Amino acid sequence: MPIKKKEKKLPTVEQRIKRRNFLSFTTFFLLGGAGLGGWKWLYHSSAETPGITAGAAKPLRRALNRTELFFRNLFSNNHLVKTYPKSMAARKVRVNAHIGIEAEGFKPESWQLAVVKSAGDILNLTIEEIKSLPKTEIVYDFKCVEGWDQIQHWAGVSFVDFVSHYNLQQQIKMQYVGMETPNGEYYIGLDMESALHPQTILAYEMNEQPLAIEHGAPLRLIIPVKYGIKNLKRIGKITFSNNRPRDYWAERGYDYYSGL
Amino acid sequence: MRWTHWINFPILAIMIWSGMLIYWANDVYTVTIFGHTFVQFFPDWFYKLLHIPHRLAEGMAYHFLFMWFFTLNGFFYILYTIFSGEWRELVPQKKSFKEAWLVLLHDLHIRKTIPPQNKYNAAQRIAYTAIIVMGLGSLVTGLAIYKPVQFYWLTWICGGYHLARILHFGLTLGYVLFFVIHVVQVILAGWNNFRPVISGFEVVEIPPPIMVEMAAEVQNTSTMEVADEEKNTLTNQDDIADQARDDQINPSNNMQ
Repeated sequence: MPIKKKEKKLPTVEQRIKRRNFLSFTTFFLLGGAGLGGWKWLYHSSAETPGITAGAAKPLRRALNRTELFFRNLFSNNHLVKTYPKSMAARKVRVNAHIGIEAEGFKPESWQLAVVKSAGDILNLTIEEIKSLPKTEIVYDFKCVEGWDQIQHWAGVSFVDFVSHYNLQQQIKMQYVGMETPNGEYYIGLDMESALHPQTILAYEMNEQPLAIEHGAPLRLIIPVKYGIKNLKRIGKITFSNNRPRDYWAERGYDYYSGL
Repeated sequence: MRWTHWINFPILAIMIWSGMLIYWANDVYTVTIFGHTFVQFFPDWFYKLLHIPHRLAEGMAYHFLFMWFFTLNGFFYILYTIFSGEWRELVPQKKSFKEAWLVLLHDLHIRKTIPPQNKYNAAQRIAYTAIIVMGLGSLVTGLAIYKPVQFYWLTWICGGYHLARILHFGLTLGYVLFFVIHVVQVILAGWNNFRPVISGFEVVEIPPPIMVEMAAEVQNTSTMEVADEEKNTLTNQDDIADQARDDQINPSNNMQ
């Protein structure tokens, strides 16, 4: 039994209930308001300063970059993309874009690949030289950032083989590889570990035929650890850098890493 | 429970919205039976209404930020449920599956009686556990389509990239369905049932059995409703319960 004095000091049950309700609901609406405010801040936050990346809101870009750092820890060259039998490869391979390879009097015969080893030291290669290197084939599920995917069959020289054949050991100590079309209109940047993934291929064949123009003849990138947006068609130039090379879609709000 | 519940609501809403921004870029899913398309996800007017088109990059950026909060919040909820022992109230029991059917019949006004229950009835146990499993499913299928090479084994478990994307989409439809039923049930259950989800305690009025006059004076406040006739103590969910009971001027208790 409670002592009488104590009973007087303490509020009644109804008061306690009312007080508690008041506090909870005030907290609820205050936090709800704060949440809404936070959302409005995020939704209306200003766009990032255009640079290597552009087109995303500042906080979202920061989040993308941080998320990249986290998931890069999980990347391994031992994680291979699933491969399929050749019979499952699509006959009609989807063409999603022509950026950088629009008709403009491009002559595949006079094409040469420029590998910029350092400023002023450029290695120029013909498609015959590249075709003489060991050939790697892959049948895998090509994945587009839009959400579609297709099993496709590609062949060419793996980037690892390419690098060791042309003694680019110094260059691959750097952190990034840049690639762009001959006219410079489409360009991508890759982190070195993704570029050196064993399934990354400089491809010159599709379905056992030389590449068609719309698929990136004479030489294109096939990189299964990235979305399609990084699979540059018609490579004109390869560069190496410790800074992120410019990247077409990263300038348009997409994640720079875009890794799978 | 309340905290994670209310934090989850806006996060899930943002995840669904940003998911639609992404889905728009390749909106291939339909419900087609014998060649007839019944539902197409989604019609143009729906996209236009919500300003969905041409926002893929933005959608991905939001989706890959809020996925962290969604995961963390779910993680905390599961930890809390385990350590507080609340899982005992939530996880379906053997009899729950049979009883849930009776609850359904009762809620549809086909049956008059409802099986005895604790905090949650059998149907609630199944629904509230299922929604957590679904959350986990969204996380797993999400990772399977987000990093299908690094998490190739997850993608394999989900039946491949294609199926994982369909499951991820299907689970989202499941949330929307859950939400609709949930809100209807909450409205039907009334304010006194809803309030504890914010305040954390429940007010149960005691019908004073013998000492009518005094008891009525004390307990007859406007906000209270007769919630459960079987219970005859003031039961609260939180620590206030014991204090409140001690402080309570309850003639029927005092008499005993």
